[in-house]
Amino acid sequence: MVFTIESFMDFLLSFLPAVVINHVLFMFGLVVTSAFSICMMKQMQEDVNVPLTEISNLPLMDKGNGCSFSAVTSTAIISSVIFVITLILVRVLFVIYCSSRPMSRRAQKPVSTLIILGSGGHTAEMLDLLAVLQKDRFYPRFYIAAATDNMSLQKAELLENSLAAEKGTPITNAGKFMKIYRSREVGQSYITSIWTTLVAMILCNGPGTCIPICAIAFVFKVLGIRWSSIFYVESIARVRRLSLSGLLLYKLRIADQLFVQWPRLQQQYPRAIYVGRLM
Amino acid sequence: MGDREEEEEGRRRVVFVTVGTTRFDALVSAVDSENVRKVLAAKGYTHLLIQLGRGSYLPTKSDGDDGSLAVDYFTFSSSIADYLRSASLVISHAGSGSIFETLRLCKPLVVVVNEDLMDNHQSELAEELAERKHLYYARPQNLYQTLADMDLNTLLPYSPGDATPVAKHINRFLGFPDD
Repeated sequence: MVFTIESFMDFLLSFLPAVVINHVLFMFGLVVTSAFSICMMKQMQEDVNVPLTEISNLPLMDKGNGCSFSAVTSTAIISSVIFVITLILVRVLFVIYCSSRPMSRRAQKPVSTLIILGSGGHTAEMLDLLAVLQKDRFYPRFYIAAATDNMSLQKAELLENSLAAEKGTPITNAGKFMKIYRSREVGQSYITSIWTTLVAMILCNGPGTCIPICAIAFVFKVLGIRWSSIFYVESIARVRRLSLSGLLLYKLRIADQLFVQWPRLQQQYPRAIYVGRLM
Repeated sequence: MGDREEEEEGRRRVVFVTVGTTRFDALVSAVDSENVRKVLAAKGYTHLLIQLGRGSYLPTKSDGDDGSLAVDYFTFSSSIADYLRSASLVISHAGSGSIFETLRLCKPLVVVVNEDLMDNHQSELAEELAERKHLYYARPQNLYQTLADMDLNTLLPYSPGDATPVAKHINRFLGFPDD
């Protein structure tokens, strides 16, 4: 099912630029709403034009009566539903189209960042990456890890404390930069976590915890609540095949940029970006 | 230390076997087998130290007084960095952490893949690095053959990776100026 969605999206994205689709949609919406309004007005006119003396002579409402009320409602409902679905679909395509291109404006201020940590090897690679990111460009930084994983948050805390020590800021300020959440079950905690840390950017590299978070961030993008750029770095252990998280984020185009560490993956997945080994 | 002890320290060549936090009885029993011990001793190694992890197979300890390999083992350690540093040869499971920690220390490495694992994507990494001649790659069944045939002089050193290309891409994407 994933593959048919992907090929459908590929088809639409290649066929028409999303901007044009946006305009086509609004034309379509306009047409539908106009048709609906005309229908309603016709109905009202028919009602108004009947003089009081003739009320008893009015034909009973039945299917033969053209613009009868029940027909209008069902047309209205059906066209509204189609309209809303098309609207959502086009908005999704538009979001995907915009996400795949770099930001058009130069960055004016620091980018709030959510870093999703996973077990063991994932955390090691993520810390390697964080070491080379300019700290003044990416703050405040929020770290999130699974409830069962204690080591990762400790390591992140060590990193942040050492950074604070370097800069000379008091260690308590490192706490200001960094909030740690423990994702419990999928559902309420994820949504509240994301809501309270509406970030400009999400960084993840593989643990299963990143899929629900990235999906929710994508929904927020579509609904216009918050635009988050999602960056996914596939693990160094993935040489020939993407992990399940990577595959989903790639195929459904949820990640803005997906990085791979081995050239064979870039050949297999052309939209992925080859960056060499991190470790 | 007396001269005699220093001499012994100098001649001490340790083979360190690690399975990380996993359970890999097939590797431990393969390493513990008669012919593997013999071939390691023949290659000039003096000690065999095995980190068992969660495995249940216990090797036979040996003092190595009779000229054979001295064998010892333990389950876990908070950091195996010191053991890796003092080893002359490392035989490891295919976890990426173990592999890169060893390669960073420029130690000769034989990676053994655990075929009992369900999703064995780990073997991809070991195979690729073996193809690039950074390590030797074996299965528990052919560990003896790999050890017998290996020539550590043909291994190429692994140059450490670099995370800056990722940072560059992210910066450019978000509209930050290049440094």
